[in-house]
Amino acid sequence: MDNIYREVILDHYKNPRNFGKMQKANASYEEHNPLCGDKIIIQVKLNKNDPGLSNLSNKSAFIRQNRTISDIRFSGEGCAISVASASMLTEFVTGKSIKDVAKITTKDILNMLGIKLTPTRLKCALLPLEILQKTLTLVK
Amino acid sequence: MFDVVSIRNDFPILKRKINGKPLVYLDNAATTQKPKQVIDALVSYYENHNANIHRGIHTLAEEATAMYEEAREKIAKFIGARSSKEIVFVRNSTEAINLVAYSWGRTFLNRGDEIILSESEHHSNLVPWQILSSEKGLKLRFVGVDENGYLEIPKLEKLINKRTKLIAIVHVSNVLGTINPVEKIGKMLHKKGVRFLVDGAQSVPRMPIKVVELNCDFLVASSHKMLGPTGVGFLYAKEELLKEMPPFLGGGDMIKAVYLDHSKWNDIPYKFEAGTPDIAGSIGFGKAIDYLTSLGMENVFMHEKKLTDYALRKLLEIRDVTLYGPEDTASKTGVISFNIKGIHPHDVAQSLDREGIAVRSGFHCAMPLHQKLKLSATCRASFYIYNTFEEIDKLIIGIDKLRTFFSKS
Repeated sequence: MDNIYREVILDHYKNPRNFGKMQKANASYEEHNPLCGDKIIIQVKLNKNDPGLSNLSNKSAFIRQNRTISDIRFSGEGCAISVASASMLTEFVTGKSIKDVAKITTKDILNMLGIKLTPTRLKCALLPLEILQKTLTLVK
Repeated sequence: MFDVVSIRNDFPILKRKINGKPLVYLDNAATTQKPKQVIDALVSYYENHNANIHRGIHTLAEEATAMYEEAREKIAKFIGARSSKEIVFVRNSTEAINLVAYSWGRTFLNRGDEIILSESEHHSNLVPWQILSSEKGLKLRFVGVDENGYLEIPKLEKLINKRTKLIAIVHVSNVLGTINPVEKIGKMLHKKGVRFLVDGAQSVPRMPIKVVELNCDFLVASSHKMLGPTGVGFLYAKEELLKEMPPFLGGGDMIKAVYLDHSKWNDIPYKFEAGTPDIAGSIGFGKAIDYLTSLGMENVFMHEKKLTDYALRKLLEIRDVTLYGPEDTASKTGVISFNIKGIHPHDVAQSLDREGIAVRSGFHCAMPLHQKLKLSATCRASFYIYNTFEEIDKLIIGIDKLRTFFSKS
């Protein structure tokens, strides 16, 4: 019917990966998109700090930046674009460091989805990334 | 004379194709399309009459002033105001409500006074009162709505007490299409000395309205929702109220005399029209009113009623479609909100757009109502004079098609 609803998007929408809630997350964050009423919650679990690094003094920021995502879950409700984007994003960032996730851009998300979006729908696609990046700022 | 085929010929945009399909424009509660009569009036004004108003002596200035004031007369007549002095040009309904809040509200309301609103207000008739109440220490009270959006009138009566100074209510809900019994409220308030504001943004475009019958003190509406240009709207207020209200914005045209330390305000309604207004837009608004008047507002109302009846019946036949608001047109007009089970409104709107069909999705600037009805977001189809039964059939086919598309795994 439509290029933006290509098969891979519909697949992630109907069978979202990493969907649900986890116990004992290191950080979680919830955001609403007031335009369309989407609500997405992202929870992350991170690998422990490298013990060798944590012995170094005054390196806490460095250590934090290099912690990697060991597990991630998203829940809530959204349109096909925001759900597919969240689902694909969770797969994409598993194993990545906080530093790496902070570097993900709009272009990366569009490449990941493989579709062109109007400015309004772009907000749907970017909502999961915004929430994930906020979630990671909450990691102590 | 109401003939949809000839009406459609007046709207150039209806010849447009969207994604290869003829445009089916069902987002009229957001804004309506413009007939060529209105578009021509804007062009003709700029090509032949453009000048600033109320000041110049030269021919163009006199012409522009006369055309602008003629538009004011047309609005006054259209809503049955006693005089055109009761019509203030503003940018839109939102600005009109803000004018009342800032001018009347700031002057005549005091700490502890109460304003009653409904749960189904558009943000434009809620946020200005929130701002005013935090500034002045007022109390906002809310009359509830049931699941069909009907105001709980007996509860409204109980909310009124000696501290109640204003009731501000939407006439036709922009989400549910519910027509609120504002005449009844007006009658109820008449003896109590409570001021009454009616938000006519959705009702003035689609129903015959006479302010005297509504018994309201204030009525607001926007030009762009009734065939006119964007950027213009009006505030109707009773003459005695406008006289006692201080200016909203200060500047040129709203003054009689200006000294370094003080000024003398102009007469109403000019006291509220600081700076050069949207002259062309106001003249275009007047043309839009001419157009609606020539169709007859009774006919406009009946046409929408028939379309709404037909669409409700068709939508109710579709499995998985949930309708919000009244399911008949006894007290509903022009606006239908719905959801399709398992499909997000954004995906519904996007899929229909591929078929050339324009509907709205989201909260429709009425978040509290959605919360009350426990809805995340809805799809909205809203009709106007140029819509046809065939277009509703296309909507139904479009919905069937997208349901099939999203249900296959």
